[in-house]
Amino acid sequence: MHRSPVRDFVVGLFVLVGLGAIAYLSMNVGGFSLHRGEGLAVFAAFDQIGGLKPRAPVVISGVKVGQVGPIVLDQNFRARAELDLRSDLKIPRDTSASIVTSGLLGDRYISLELGGEDTYLKPGDEITMTESAVILERLIGKLIHNTDVEKPK
Amino acid sequence: MSALIQDLGWAVVRTIDQFGKITVFAAQIARALVTPPARVRLFVQEVFNLGVLSLVIICVSGLAVGMVLGLQGYNTLVRFGAEQSLGAVVGLSLIRELGPVLTALLATGRAGSATAAEIGTMVVTEQLDGLRMMSTNPIHYVVMPKALAMIFVMPLLSALFIVCGLGGGYFVGVSLMGLDGGTYLSSLQSAVDFNDDVVSSLLKALIFGLLVGLIATYRGYTCAPTSAGVSSATTSTVVIASVAILIFDYFITALWGV
Repeated sequence: MHRSPVRDFVVGLFVLVGLGAIAYLSMNVGGFSLHRGEGLAVFAAFDQIGGLKPRAPVVISGVKVGQVGPIVLDQNFRARAELDLRSDLKIPRDTSASIVTSGLLGDRYISLELGGEDTYLKPGDEITMTESAVILERLIGKLIHNTDVEKPK
Repeated sequence: MSALIQDLGWAVVRTIDQFGKITVFAAQIARALVTPPARVRLFVQEVFNLGVLSLVIICVSGLAVGMVLGLQGYNTLVRFGAEQSLGAVVGLSLIRELGPVLTALLATGRAGSATAAEIGTMVVTEQLDGLRMMSTNPIHYVVMPKALAMIFVMPLLSALFIVCGLGGGYFVGVSLMGLDGGTYLSSLQSAVDFNDDVVSSLLKALIFGLLVGLIATYRGYTCAPTSAGVSSATTSTVVIASVAILIFDYFITALWGV
């Protein structure tokens, strides 16, 4: 077995293209980043998260700035979600987090409404002002209930 | 009646015997792997034979499968007004299932059968005995580079298949059906996770490469030294490897939740 420049070049090219495909799948499609874990991780507790799932986007003014991490039940039986945000953001302490829906039946995501304080959230901090998910079925239920009550008047 | 039971027993004994022999064969390859010399040149040659020469069939099939998925997915999703999720449908099906499985099946037909036939012909023409005469271990010189190359190229081919498929789905969804390109890509990106989907897809391809490489080289190596032996080794490589891929696919998916 001897060296063959053309064959070796083609094999090298094949390996590079294959690795390129893996890199594309990982970086662009899979959303893998080398800086994972270095982001700003804060917590927010909600009374009702509706259909919010881990890896749902977190947005400010509609721009994605991070994603939802694991969601657990805390001691007060509230849903405590971890929000992994971009670390270069300065988010005021009195920021509020609300769970909103894209479209009528679309996916849930978290929208942050920035506050005005001068102190900023540090990793591990808690966002205290939260707004729970609106459950469409309950809303409809309430509406029907209310109209039923008003009829006898 | 007793003859029937005997036949059944013999079939079971033979199957278990084959499992034992292929395990020993795998152990021999593993030992050859850690014994110098490393046979880098032979390995590169095999990457060329098994990988580069399979490129065209992999890319064309990937493109076709992606286009079919795009078309079928679009036609189904549009009934629910959910055609925005086309990227997620095409991407998840390709990455989690179709990419690794179809790549492994294609590689079995294209490269696995060729490997078995090549080694089988070496058995028939007593080339392996010639190697032994020169005190070269045929497993080290012939089998190990081929098996290793198969394991190495499978994830690369699978990734290429998936990327071609995503391109095919994009072409059908965006260019033919008039979906928005950004919608397709963003639904794809938000649905696919690096750890859950991409890494396990590559692991699946790696395991399939191991299966195909092992079965093809074993079947060739133990081939009967006749022309009928070579043909039956080639056939059984394709049959056994294809079935093994599909069965393993179920268990990997069931156990790992990939």
